Amino acid sequence: MRAVVTVTGKDKKGIIATVSSFLSGKGANIEDISQTILGEYFAMIMIVDISSINEELSALAKECAELGKQIGMSIYMQHEDIFNAMHSV
Amino acid sequence: MFTNKDVLETIEMVEKEHLDIRTITMGISLLTCIRDSAEETAQKVYELVCTKAENIVKTAENLSGEYGIPIVNKRVSVTPVSLVSAAFPTKAPLIGKALDRAAKTLGIDFLGGYSALVHKATADYERTFIRTIPEVLASTERLCSSVNVGSSKSGINMEAVKMLGEVFKEAAFLTADKDGIGAAKLVAFCNAVEDNPFMAGAFHGVGEADTVVNVGVSGPGVVKHALEQIPDADLTEVAELIKRTAFKITRAGQLVAKEAAKRLNATFGIVDLSLAPTPAMGDSVAQILEEMGIQTVGGHGTTAALALLNDAVKKGGVMASSRVGGLSGAFIPVSEDIGMIKAAEKGAITLDKLEAMTCVCSVGLDMIAIPGDTPATTIAAMIADEAAIGMINNKTTAVRIIPAPNKGVGDEVSFGGLLGRAPVMPVHNCDSSKLIDRGGNIPAPIHSFKN
Repeated sequence: MRAVVTVTGKDKKGIIATVSSFLSGKGANIEDISQTILGEYFAMIMIVDISSINEELSALAKECAELGKQIGMSIYMQHEDIFNAMHSV
Repeated sequence: MFTNKDVLETIEMVEKEHLDIRTITMGISLLTCIRDSAEETAQKVYELVCTKAENIVKTAENLSGEYGIPIVNKRVSVTPVSLVSAAFPTKAPLIGKALDRAAKTLGIDFLGGYSALVHKATADYERTFIRTIPEVLASTERLCSSVNVGSSKSGINMEAVKMLGEVFKEAAFLTADKDGIGAAKLVAFCNAVEDNPFMAGAFHGVGEADTVVNVGVSGPGVVKHALEQIPDADLTEVAELIKRTAFKITRAGQLVAKEAAKRLNATFGIVDLSLAPTPAMGDSVAQILEEMGIQTVGGHGTTAALALLNDAVKKGGVMASSRVGGLSGAFIPVSEDIGMIKAAEKGAITLDKLEAMTCVCSVGLDMIAIPGDTPATTIAAMIADEAAIGMINNKTTAVRIIPAPNKGVGDEVSFGGLLGRAPVMPVHNCDSSKLIDRGGNIPAPIHSFKN
């Protein structure tokens, strides 16, 4: 099962490091990362494989949102199906 | 495969534009609960609903967490109670109260189905049942009621229409301490559908499977935001953009509906493609119409803009879902839509314009407060007008009107939460009682004879 992790907010040091170490600590395998910086605005999107994690995705998503609050960013973790459903015919 | 832009667009829809799944509604058949006595039946009804829908709230919360899309309402609809209580109609309130208790146990805000289908004629047990509605709505919190008084196939049952005028008055009167909220939980329908997930008019039809999950999507804010990006486009382009937006919204609904049905051991029923507003800022159908170019909703051109909107939402949504049903249209409830409330306060929108709008969208005169001294026959006449629009146009129409006790034009009713607030709107003062007192049936239109 794959999830999409999206991190947005004002650019600052160490965002990628913080988020990826949190994810690898949970046992997620990061398959793809892309990031863009528009002015001060930072957006990073990761595709992660979470098949080997026992925790429920909804609980994991909550923890991601919490981590976001701690570092002053907005972090979403969502099942990839929602994007496949909404953005492909 | 989706792109980064798609991901960010989805998140923006949720964060800034109020994209949500409006409701997951589980339809439950109560026919197996019928026993010799009302007391036993009520007990069985309570147990069945609590068992079948036990996990509805938790499942919805999990799905919401996994997909990152809020699921606002979790609800249950049941077989019309008039059928379940047919053998003991005076005791139907026992079943209504058992359902209200079940809703509280499950932690859901509304449960629909204290309903009767009398579109052709009123059976004795249904007459008794309908008379119990005001008292039941006054003594319960979460139970919703509806009565189907007409259909394109059978015409309009004017005896039931007359009775409903009185029932609305009484339901409001018995809840006078809460601005007549009883009437806000009651709907009079023409061409009621059996798989509607939206309250207060949801019930579980007898043609349905045992347990069904129906999902209502929404997203007026998403449509409005999309239109803001093309301020000078012609209406052909506007319609195209609404279609594309509706497609995306509905796909989210379809995904959630399928998954919810699987996890709740129920049949996937339908996705209802309605644009349903809430009182929140930026979640308004009226503001979409204003974005299209009408200064204030209710102005000339409103009906045309609404016709375009309603049709484009359906066209986009139908392709996105394997099974579409329910009401599937744009809702225009006055008290639940910030744009409508403002227009009503300014006097820009009137009952007559709202009636015209219901010719091109669902569902009808919805959540409109009128003076408390409006005669029951005038309310019945409003129901008859709406039923006629539905009957002739082969569509669902409804009336959910609140004769606000002890209030007149210039006052306001406030129900709080999703039911919102509304200024009391003026009605025509001429007497319609002779028409209503005639009784009988308005025959079905000639174009209904298709066999």
